[in-house]
Amino acid sequence: MSEVGERAASAASRLITAGELSDPTVGYVLALADDALVAAQRVGEWIAAAPQLEEDVALANIGLDLLGQGRSLLGYAGSLMEPPRSEDDLAYWRDERAFRNVQLVERPWGEGDRDFAVAMARLLVLATYLHELWTALRTSADQTLAAVAAKAVKEVDYHLDHARMWVLRLGDGTDESHRRMQAALAGEWRYVEELFDTTHIAPALVDAGVAVDPMSFRDAFDRRVTTVLREATLDVPEVTPAVTGGRRGVHTPSMGYLLAEMQHLARSHPGATW
Amino acid sequence: MSPEPMGDLTAAGGHGAVPTEGVPTSTPAPPAAGDRREWPLFEVFVRSRRGLSHTHVGSLHAPDAAMALRNARDVYTRRQEGVSLWVVPAAAITASSPDEKDAFFDPAADKIYRHPTFYDIPEGVEHL
Repeated sequence: MSEVGERAASAASRLITAGELSDPTVGYVLALADDALVAAQRVGEWIAAAPQLEEDVALANIGLDLLGQGRSLLGYAGSLMEPPRSEDDLAYWRDERAFRNVQLVERPWGEGDRDFAVAMARLLVLATYLHELWTALRTSADQTLAAVAAKAVKEVDYHLDHARMWVLRLGDGTDESHRRMQAALAGEWRYVEELFDTTHIAPALVDAGVAVDPMSFRDAFDRRVTTVLREATLDVPEVTPAVTGGRRGVHTPSMGYLLAEMQHLARSHPGATW
Repeated sequence: MSPEPMGDLTAAGGHGAVPTEGVPTSTPAPPAAGDRREWPLFEVFVRSRRGLSHTHVGSLHAPDAAMALRNARDVYTRRQEGVSLWVVPAAAITASSPDEKDAFFDPAADKIYRHPTFYDIPEGVEHL
Protein backbone atom coordinates (compact mmCIF):
# COMPACT_ATOMS: atom_id res chain seq x y z
CA MET A 1 0.00 0.00 0.00
CA SER A 2 1.22 3.51 -0.74
CA GLU A 3 2.07 5.82 2.11
CA VAL A 4 -1.02 7.90 1.40
CA GLY A 5 -3.17 4.78 1.30
CA GLU A 6 -1.74 3.54 4.58
CA ARG A 7 -2.41 6.87 6.21
CA ALA A 8 -5.99 6.89 4.99
CA ALA A 9 -6.55 3.36 6.28
CA SER A 10 -4.96 4.18 9.63
CA ALA A 11 -7.07 7.33 9.92
CA ALA A 12 -10.27 5.45 9.12
CA SER A 13 -9.52 2.85 11.80
CA ARG A 14 -8.90 5.55 14.41
CA LEU A 15 -12.08 7.50 13.74
CA ILE A 16 -14.60 7.39 16.57
CA THR A 17 -18.13 7.30 15.18
CA ALA A 18 -21.29 8.61 16.79
CA GLY A 19 -22.41 5.01 17.28
CA GLU A 20 -19.62 4.40 19.79
CA LEU A 21 -20.87 7.24 21.98
CA SER A 22 -24.28 5.83 22.81
CA ASP A 23 -23.69 5.28 26.54
CA PRO A 24 -25.84 7.88 28.36
CA THR A 25 -23.09 9.05 30.73
CA VAL A 26 -20.51 9.26 27.94
CA GLY A 27 -23.01 11.22 25.84
CA TYR A 28 -23.76 13.62 28.68
CA VAL A 29 -20.12 14.27 29.58
CA LEU A 30 -19.24 14.70 25.90
CA ALA A 31 -21.92 17.36 25.45
CA LEU A 32 -20.38 19.30 28.35
CA ALA A 33 -16.88 18.71 26.98
CA ASP A 34 -17.67 19.70 23.41
CA ASP A 35 -19.34 22.96 24.47
CA ALA A 36 -16.11 23.92 26.25
CA LEU A 37 -13.71 22.62 23.58
CA VAL A 38 -15.44 24.23 20.60
CA ALA A 39 -16.01 27.49 22.47
CA ALA A 40 -12.29 27.54 23.32
CA GLN A 41 -11.33 26.97 19.68
CA ARG A 42 -13.49 29.89 18.53
CA VAL A 43 -12.38 32.22 21.34
CA GLY A 44 -8.78 31.51 20.35
CA GLU A 45 -9.41 33.30 17.06
CA TRP A 46 -9.40 36.59 18.96
CA ILE A 47 -5.76 36.25 19.98
CA ALA A 48 -3.90 39.03 18.14
CA ALA A 49 -7.22 40.21 16.68
CA ALA A 50 -8.98 41.85 19.65
CA PRO A 51 -9.46 45.63 19.81
CA GLN A 52 -6.63 45.96 22.37
CA LEU A 53 -3.58 43.94 23.35
CA GLU A 54 -5.03 43.73 26.87
CA GLU A 55 -8.18 42.15 25.43
CA ASP A 56 -6.10 39.64 23.43
CA VAL A 57 -4.68 38.43 26.73
CA ALA A 58 -8.05 38.43 28.50
CA LEU A 59 -9.70 36.38 25.76
CA ALA A 60 -6.71 34.04 25.57
CA ASN A 61 -7.11 33.41 29.31
CA ILE A 62 -10.82 32.76 28.90
CA GLY A 63 -10.18 30.40 25.98
CA LEU A 64 -7.56 28.51 27.95
CA ASP A 65 -9.92 28.14 30.93
CA LEU A 66 -12.54 26.65 28.60
CA LEU A 67 -9.94 24.42 26.96
CA GLY A 68 -8.92 23.14 30.39
CA GLN A 69 -12.53 22.31 31.23
CA GLY A 70 -12.93 20.58 27.86
CA ARG A 71 -9.77 18.53 28.35
CA SER A 72 -10.78 17.29 31.81
CA LEU A 73 -14.20 16.30 30.53
CA LEU A 74 -12.96 14.65 27.33
CA GLY A 75 -10.46 12.61 29.33
CA TYR A 76 -13.23 11.55 31.70
CA ALA A 77 -15.64 10.63 28.87
CA GLY A 78 -12.85 8.63 27.21
CA SER A 79 -12.14 6.73 30.43
CA LEU A 80 -15.78 5.62 30.54
CA MET A 81 -15.59 4.15 27.03
CA GLU A 82 -14.85 0.54 26.16
CA PRO A 83 -12.08 0.35 25.03
CA PRO A 84 -10.93 3.54 26.83
CA ARG A 85 -10.05 6.52 24.63
CA SER A 86 -7.76 9.46 25.31
CA GLU A 87 -8.76 13.13 25.29
CA ASP A 88 -6.78 13.52 22.04
CA ASP A 89 -8.65 10.58 20.44
CA LEU A 90 -11.93 12.31 21.23
CA ALA A 91 -10.81 15.81 20.20
CA TYR A 92 -9.06 14.91 16.96
CA TRP A 93 -10.60 11.66 15.76
CA ARG A 94 -14.27 12.43 15.66
CA ASP A 95 -16.02 13.92 12.67
CA GLU A 96 -18.66 16.63 12.79
CA ARG A 97 -21.61 14.29 13.34
CA ALA A 98 -20.02 12.88 16.50
CA PHE A 99 -19.64 16.31 18.16
CA ARG A 100 -22.37 17.15 20.69
CA ASN A 101 -21.81 20.88 21.27
CA VAL A 102 -24.53 23.50 20.96
CA GLN A 103 -24.47 25.62 17.82
CA LEU A 104 -24.10 28.78 19.94
CA VAL A 105 -20.40 28.12 20.43
CA GLU A 106 -19.41 26.94 16.93
CA ARG A 107 -20.61 29.87 14.84
CA PRO A 108 -18.16 32.48 13.52
CA TRP A 109 -17.89 35.88 15.19
CA GLY A 110 -20.33 37.66 12.91
CA GLU A 111 -20.71 37.69 9.15
CA GLY A 112 -17.57 38.87 7.42
CA ASP A 113 -15.29 40.66 9.87
CA ARG A 114 -15.04 39.50 13.46
CA ASP A 115 -17.38 41.56 15.61
CA PHE A 116 -16.31 42.18 19.20
CA ALA A 117 -19.91 42.87 20.21
CA VAL A 118 -20.82 39.34 19.05
CA ALA A 119 -18.00 37.95 21.16
CA MET A 120 -19.22 39.75 24.28
CA ALA A 121 -22.90 38.89 23.65
CA ARG A 122 -22.02 35.21 23.25
CA LEU A 123 -19.70 35.21 26.24
CA LEU A 124 -22.44 36.76 28.39
CA VAL A 125 -24.92 34.04 27.36
CA LEU A 126 -22.42 31.18 27.63
CA ALA A 127 -20.83 32.26 30.92
CA THR A 128 -24.21 32.88 32.55
CA TYR A 129 -25.36 29.42 31.46
CA LEU A 130 -22.11 27.77 32.57
CA HIS A 131 -22.18 29.62 35.89
CA GLU A 132 -25.59 28.11 36.71
CA LEU A 133 -24.65 24.71 35.29
CA TRP A 134 -21.37 24.32 37.15
CA THR A 135 -22.88 25.67 40.36
CA ALA A 136 -25.50 22.91 40.18
CA LEU A 137 -23.02 20.21 39.15
CA ARG A 138 -20.80 20.89 42.17
CA THR A 139 -23.12 18.57 44.09
CA SER A 140 -23.32 15.93 41.34
CA ALA A 141 -23.35 12.33 42.54
CA ASP A 142 -20.53 11.79 40.04
CA GLN A 143 -17.33 12.68 41.92
CA THR A 144 -15.36 13.60 38.80
CA LEU A 145 -18.05 15.92 37.47
CA ALA A 146 -18.37 17.51 40.90
CA ALA A 147 -14.60 18.13 41.02
CA VAL A 148 -14.49 19.64 37.53
CA ALA A 149 -17.49 21.81 38.42
CA ALA A 150 -15.89 23.11 41.63
CA LYS A 151 -12.88 24.38 39.67
CA ALA A 152 -14.81 25.56 36.62
CA VAL A 153 -17.33 27.67 38.50
CA LYS A 154 -14.60 30.08 39.64
CA GLU A 155 -13.30 30.37 36.09
CA VAL A 156 -16.67 31.07 34.48
CA ASP A 157 -17.50 33.59 37.20
CA TYR A 158 -14.61 35.64 35.89
CA HIS A 159 -15.73 35.14 32.27
CA LEU A 160 -19.16 36.37 33.27
CA ASP A 161 -17.68 39.41 34.97
CA HIS A 162 -15.62 40.21 31.87
CA ALA A 163 -18.60 39.88 29.53
CA ARG A 164 -20.79 41.94 31.87
CA MET A 165 -18.22 44.75 32.06
CA TRP A 166 -18.10 45.03 28.27
CA VAL A 167 -21.83 44.63 27.65
CA LEU A 168 -22.49 47.45 30.16
CA ARG A 169 -19.97 49.72 28.47
CA LEU A 170 -20.99 48.95 24.90
CA GLY A 171 -24.72 48.89 25.61
CA ASP A 172 -24.66 52.11 27.61
CA GLY A 173 -21.91 53.73 25.53
CA THR A 174 -22.30 55.62 22.27
CA ASP A 175 -25.25 55.33 19.87
CA GLU A 176 -23.07 53.23 17.59
CA SER A 177 -21.88 50.84 20.32
CA HIS A 178 -25.44 50.48 21.63
CA ARG A 179 -26.76 49.66 18.16
CA ARG A 180 -24.07 47.08 17.49
CA MET A 181 -24.38 45.47 20.92
CA GLN A 182 -28.14 45.16 20.48
CA ALA A 183 -27.71 43.65 17.00
CA ALA A 184 -25.10 41.17 18.25
CA LEU A 185 -27.38 40.15 21.09
CA ALA A 186 -30.25 39.46 18.68
CA GLY A 187 -27.99 37.18 16.62
CA GLU A 188 -26.83 35.17 19.62
CA TRP A 189 -30.23 35.04 21.28
CA ARG A 190 -31.59 32.71 18.59
CA TYR A 191 -29.29 30.02 19.97
CA VAL A 192 -30.21 30.37 23.65
CA GLU A 193 -33.06 27.84 23.49
CA GLU A 194 -30.70 25.04 22.47
CA LEU A 195 -28.79 25.41 25.74
CA PHE A 196 -31.95 24.30 27.52
CA ASP A 197 -32.70 21.37 25.21
CA THR A 198 -32.82 18.30 27.43
CA THR A 199 -33.46 15.60 24.84
CA HIS A 200 -29.85 14.33 25.02
CA ILE A 201 -29.91 13.87 28.79
CA ALA A 202 -31.17 10.47 29.96
CA PRO A 203 -33.80 11.05 32.70
CA ALA A 204 -32.17 8.26 34.73
CA LEU A 205 -28.97 10.36 34.96
CA VAL A 206 -30.90 13.30 36.36
CA ASP A 207 -32.77 11.03 38.80
CA ALA A 208 -29.46 9.57 39.96
CA GLY A 209 -28.12 13.06 40.67
CA VAL A 210 -25.34 12.69 38.10
CA ALA A 211 -26.68 15.11 35.49
CA VAL A 212 -28.43 18.44 35.93
CA ASP A 213 -31.58 19.29 34.01
CA PRO A 214 -30.77 22.74 32.57
CA MET A 215 -34.44 23.71 32.78
CA SER A 216 -33.97 23.68 36.57
CA PHE A 217 -31.97 26.90 36.26
CA ARG A 218 -33.73 28.52 33.32
CA ASP A 219 -35.35 31.15 35.55
CA ALA A 220 -32.05 31.98 37.22
CA PHE A 221 -30.39 32.31 33.81
CA ASP A 222 -33.12 34.63 32.52
CA ARG A 223 -33.00 36.78 35.66
CA ARG A 224 -29.24 37.14 35.61
CA VAL A 225 -28.98 38.02 31.91
CA THR A 226 -31.98 40.35 32.04
CA THR A 227 -30.45 42.27 34.94
CA VAL A 228 -27.26 42.89 32.97
CA LEU A 229 -29.14 43.89 29.82
CA ARG A 230 -31.38 46.29 31.70
CA GLU A 231 -28.43 47.94 33.36
CA ALA A 232 -26.80 48.22 29.93
CA THR A 233 -29.96 49.89 28.53
CA LEU A 234 -30.39 46.96 26.13
CA ASP A 235 -33.62 45.15 25.31
CA VAL A 236 -34.04 41.43 25.74
CA PRO A 237 -34.27 40.33 22.10
CA GLU A 238 -37.52 38.88 20.85
CA VAL A 239 -36.42 36.52 18.10
CA THR A 240 -37.48 33.19 16.69
CA PRO A 241 -35.20 30.46 18.02
CA ALA A 242 -32.93 28.93 15.39
CA VAL A 243 -33.57 25.39 14.22
CA THR A 244 -30.70 23.59 15.88
CA GLY A 245 -29.48 20.07 16.52
CA GLY A 246 -25.99 20.30 17.92
CA ARG A 247 -26.71 17.75 20.66
CA ARG A 248 -27.61 15.22 17.92
CA GLY A 249 -24.52 16.03 15.85
CA VAL A 250 -26.29 18.38 13.44
CA HIS A 251 -24.13 21.46 13.02
CA THR A 252 -23.91 24.70 11.05
CA PRO A 253 -21.72 24.88 7.91
CA SER A 254 -19.02 26.71 9.90
CA MET A 255 -18.41 23.67 12.14
CA GLY A 256 -16.59 21.72 9.42
CA TYR A 257 -14.10 24.55 8.89
CA LEU A 258 -13.52 24.90 12.62
CA LEU A 259 -12.82 21.17 12.98
CA ALA A 260 -10.58 21.13 9.91
CA GLU A 261 -8.37 23.79 11.48
CA MET A 262 -8.42 22.15 14.91
CA GLN A 263 -7.81 18.58 13.71
CA HIS A 264 -5.61 19.05 10.67
CA LEU A 265 -2.24 18.73 12.38
CA ALA A 266 -3.13 15.75 14.55
CA ARG A 267 -4.61 13.87 11.62
CA SER A 268 -1.73 14.65 9.25
CA HIS A 269 0.81 13.37 11.78
CA PRO A 270 -0.99 10.76 13.89
CA GLY A 271 0.64 10.22 17.26
CA ALA A 272 3.06 13.12 16.82
CA THR A 273 4.30 14.69 20.05
CA TRP A 274 6.37 17.77 20.77
CA MET B 1 0.83 48.12 27.06
CA SER B 2 3.78 50.42 26.48
CA PRO B 3 3.04 54.09 26.73
CA GLU B 4 2.04 55.57 23.41
CA PRO B 5 3.83 58.75 22.46
CA MET B 6 1.75 61.59 23.79
CA GLY B 7 2.96 64.69 25.51
CA ASP B 8 6.21 64.95 27.47
CA LEU B 9 7.61 62.23 29.70
CA THR B 10 8.92 63.40 33.03
CA ALA B 11 10.14 60.23 34.72
CA ALA B 12 13.64 59.11 33.73
CA GLY B 13 12.71 56.84 30.85
CA GLY B 14 12.14 53.14 30.96
CA HIS B 15 8.99 51.24 31.76
CA GLY B 16 6.59 53.41 33.65
CA ALA B 17 7.71 56.77 32.30
CA VAL B 18 4.89 59.12 33.10
CA PRO B 19 3.40 61.36 30.45
CA THR B 20 2.37 64.75 31.79
CA GLU B 21 0.15 65.84 28.93
CA GLY B 22 -2.51 64.35 26.78
CA VAL B 23 -3.47 61.67 29.25
CA PRO B 24 -7.19 61.73 29.91
CA THR B 25 -8.05 61.33 33.59
CA SER B 26 -10.62 59.14 35.30
CA THR B 27 -13.68 59.98 33.23
CA PRO B 28 -12.52 60.23 29.64
CA ALA B 29 -14.81 61.31 26.84
CA PRO B 30 -15.93 58.32 24.76
CA PRO B 31 -13.19 57.58 22.21
CA ALA B 32 -13.81 58.44 18.59
CA ALA B 33 -14.45 55.42 16.38
CA GLY B 34 -11.23 53.61 15.57
CA ASP B 35 -9.07 55.79 17.79
CA ARG B 36 -7.57 53.55 20.45
CA ARG B 37 -5.06 56.02 21.80
CA GLU B 38 -7.77 57.88 23.68
CA TRP B 39 -7.79 55.20 26.34
CA PRO B 40 -5.98 56.45 29.43
CA LEU B 41 -2.82 54.82 30.74
CA PHE B 42 -2.80 53.07 34.11
CA GLU B 43 0.21 52.02 36.16
CA VAL B 44 -0.08 48.56 37.72
CA PHE B 45 1.18 47.52 41.16
CA VAL B 46 1.21 43.92 42.41
CA ARG B 47 1.62 42.61 45.94
CA SER B 48 3.24 39.24 45.48
CA ARG B 49 2.39 37.92 48.93
CA ARG B 50 1.17 39.07 52.28
CA GLY B 51 3.65 41.17 54.18
CA LEU B 52 5.38 42.64 51.14
CA SER B 53 4.44 45.97 49.62
CA HIS B 54 2.85 46.54 46.24
CA THR B 55 5.50 46.78 43.53
CA HIS B 56 5.24 48.53 40.20
CA VAL B 57 5.15 45.92 37.43
CA GLY B 58 4.17 47.89 34.33
CA SER B 59 1.35 49.77 32.71
CA LEU B 60 -1.61 49.28 30.43
CA HIS B 61 -4.43 51.07 28.64
CA ALA B 62 -8.05 50.68 29.68
CA PRO B 63 -11.25 52.65 29.21
CA ASP B 64 -11.67 53.11 32.98
CA ALA B 65 -10.32 51.98 36.34
CA ALA B 66 -12.62 48.96 36.72
CA MET B 67 -11.54 47.58 33.35
CA ALA B 68 -7.92 48.45 34.10
CA LEU B 69 -8.05 46.29 37.22
CA ARG B 70 -9.38 43.35 35.21
CA ASN B 71 -6.86 43.86 32.41
CA ALA B 72 -4.12 43.97 35.03
CA ARG B 73 -5.33 40.67 36.45
CA ASP B 74 -5.09 39.08 33.00
CA VAL B 75 -1.84 40.66 31.89
CA TYR B 76 0.20 40.69 35.10
CA THR B 77 -1.07 37.95 37.44
CA ARG B 78 -1.78 35.02 35.14
CA ARG B 79 1.11 33.03 36.59
CA GLN B 80 0.09 33.52 40.22
CA GLU B 81 2.32 36.55 40.65
CA GLY B 82 0.11 38.23 43.19
CA VAL B 83 -2.52 38.35 45.89
CA SER B 84 -3.47 42.01 45.49
CA LEU B 85 -3.55 44.54 42.67
CA TRP B 86 -3.58 48.32 42.45
CA VAL B 87 -4.11 50.36 39.33
CA VAL B 88 -3.38 54.08 39.36
CA PRO B 89 -4.10 56.55 36.55
CA ALA B 90 -0.67 57.47 35.20
CA ALA B 91 -1.83 61.08 35.09
CA ALA B 92 -2.23 61.03 38.88
CA ILE B 93 1.47 60.41 39.42
CA THR B 94 3.77 63.38 39.88
CA ALA B 95 7.28 62.33 38.92
CA SER B 96 10.70 63.86 39.36
CA SER B 97 12.20 65.25 36.17
CA PRO B 98 15.45 64.13 34.54
CA ASP B 99 16.48 67.84 34.54
CA GLU B 100 16.36 67.89 38.30
CA LYS B 101 18.30 64.65 38.70
CA ASP B 102 21.53 66.26 39.94
CA ALA B 103 19.83 68.53 42.45
CA PHE B 104 17.56 65.75 43.67
CA PHE B 105 19.87 62.80 44.00
CA ASP B 106 23.57 63.73 43.83
CA PRO B 107 23.76 65.43 47.26
CA ALA B 108 23.14 62.02 48.88
CA ALA B 109 26.12 60.46 47.14
CA ASP B 110 28.85 61.45 49.67
CA LYS B 111 26.90 61.02 52.88
CA ILE B 112 27.80 57.46 53.64
CA TYR B 113 26.94 57.97 57.32
CA ARG B 114 23.30 57.76 56.28
CA HIS B 115 23.76 54.07 55.50
CA PRO B 116 23.40 51.64 58.39
CA THR B 117 26.70 49.98 57.43
CA PHE B 118 28.26 50.89 60.78
CA TYR B 119 25.88 48.72 62.73
CA ASP B 120 25.85 44.97 63.21
CA ILE B 121 22.63 43.51 61.92
CA PRO B 122 21.20 40.92 64.30
CA GLU B 123 20.88 37.45 62.87
CA GLY B 124 17.53 36.59 61.35
CA VAL B 125 16.59 40.13 60.36
CA GLU B 126 15.62 40.19 56.70
CA HIS B 127 14.72 42.96 54.26
CA LEU B 128 16.79 45.58 56.15
